[in-house]
Amino acid sequence: MIRNGAKEDRVTKWLVSGPPLAFLLVFFVTPSLIMLFTSLRFPGEFGGLAPITLPTEATQGEHGLTLETYELFFSDILYAEVFLKSFIVASTSTLICLIMAYPLALLIARSEKRFRNLMVLLVVLPFASNFLIRIYAWMIILGPESVFSHFINGFLSAFGVAPVTLLFSPFAVIVGMVYVHLPFMVLPLYTNLEKHDPALLDAAQDLGANAWQRFWHVTWPLSLPGVFSGSVLVFIPVLGMFAVPDILGGTGDILIGNLIKDQFLGTRDWPFGSTLSIMLMLAVLAITALATWLARPASITKE
Amino acid sequence: MRRRNIWLWSAAAIAYAFLYIPLIIVVVYSFNDSKLNAEWVGFTLSWYVALFNNQEMLTAARNSLIIAVCASFCATILGTMAGLAMNRYKLKFLPVLVFAPVAMPEILLGVALLLFFLQVLNLTLGMISIIIAHTTFCIGFVAIIVRARLQGMDESIFEAARDLGASPWLTFRLITLPLIMPAVVAGALMSFTLSIDDFVITFFTKGVGEPVLPIQIYTMIKVAVTPEVNAVSTLLMLLTLTMIIIATKLDSGVLRREKK
Repeated sequence: MIRNGAKEDRVTKWLVSGPPLAFLLVFFVTPSLIMLFTSLRFPGEFGGLAPITLPTEATQGEHGLTLETYELFFSDILYAEVFLKSFIVASTSTLICLIMAYPLALLIARSEKRFRNLMVLLVVLPFASNFLIRIYAWMIILGPESVFSHFINGFLSAFGVAPVTLLFSPFAVIVGMVYVHLPFMVLPLYTNLEKHDPALLDAAQDLGANAWQRFWHVTWPLSLPGVFSGSVLVFIPVLGMFAVPDILGGTGDILIGNLIKDQFLGTRDWPFGSTLSIMLMLAVLAITALATWLARPASITKE
Repeated sequence: MRRRNIWLWSAAAIAYAFLYIPLIIVVVYSFNDSKLNAEWVGFTLSWYVALFNNQEMLTAARNSLIIAVCASFCATILGTMAGLAMNRYKLKFLPVLVFAPVAMPEILLGVALLLFFLQVLNLTLGMISIIIAHTTFCIGFVAIIVRARLQGMDESIFEAARDLGASPWLTFRLITLPLIMPAVVAGALMSFTLSIDDFVITFFTKGVGEPVLPIQIYTMIKVAVTPEVNAVSTLLMLLTLTMIIIATKLDSGVLRREKK
């Protein structure tokens, strides 16, 4: 009887987990492996739709596997520069998101319970509007004829500084990145801050800690897991983003994502595009591992 | 303590303003009688009229709706299964496979699927490839929502049903499904919004044939910005807003039935 139940359970287990597992094996794992494989191949002679040689010819000369694209990646300083620039943009965006999101998350967490859901909804709601539209909005705001541009340049000329172009600049890229990813920072921070026991702050106050000390020695250390998960949720998508620099950035504001996009839709060098993608994937894995490692001690002290 | 609150409130007010002002500007300029998004000239509905006469845009909207409905349908079924399985059993691979497409930069999934569709499936890129691609990343979101709901539940309800002789399928239909329904609906609506919204993965898996909404918008932004973009944006915002209102209505309805 028990044995029968266990057997039935195993069947159910496969019936329930099988279909999603199969789907993801076919449409996620296989494509990722194909990408890895593509990075080791030669680009085709014709840039057209079939830039990779057929596997049947994969025996002689230029038709085998190669590490050429990886050599190219490491030999040209240009690619290292783009990666570095992407990391700088991602770090800056993450930091600004953190600075903007923290007070907001703290306020929501300390508001009355009945207002909290509404306040969270108000953070998520703009996020429900189309991604491109949110970027486009900044094209209007930062455009040369906009009220904001006139205001900034009027302000600058009062100090004798030459007028600046806001759109198509690294500044616009950062603003766009922050705007698109801000909710990703607010939500994990709020989830963390909401769980804090207010008695801890009362205790700190009774022991004579001022507002700043209470924040720095109680709230902040306890919120570190939220800070780390929020940072990862912002940093990783920013690192691979191509749409924001594409729309708001100038010709020089190329990030990893734009480089990858160009390999597939511009120059059609699929092997090199795959190599760049693999390098981005490795960077993402390294960051995730680092964040997990950083968050660990904090979560242990919390227990 | 009071002063601190004022500090917090003003910082939060700036953040809320930062979130909403850009969108308000887009909506306001969609009614502006000028080709430039600069000065307010006068009220007009001509951008909406132009939009509804734009045949390609209408086709794109229809295609995107079809894609979103199909992708969210598939993702909801597969995601709910994944959520149930991950809650019930100790699985090693499934959680990794479910969360990885959500966690990594979208461009990687887009590139990988592009190579896969063209090399292995020899598929002509189009609606089918977009639906598959969207399903792949939506499964994770549905699974996360469904599992979160299951985690808060008392296992003994399901055990009781089994002890009373209910088959796994009957237990699922009579006990589990009604209980997780709000999460399933929320997951479906979220997948729908994510699919309509998605630009990056669509960009890589779209092919050249059928126009789809995000790509149309992208082309308009890149090539010739007119307030027609603002008009599409405003309508899309209305659509998502309606979806969210329906979701909250549906959700509370299901919740109430569950309490009976």
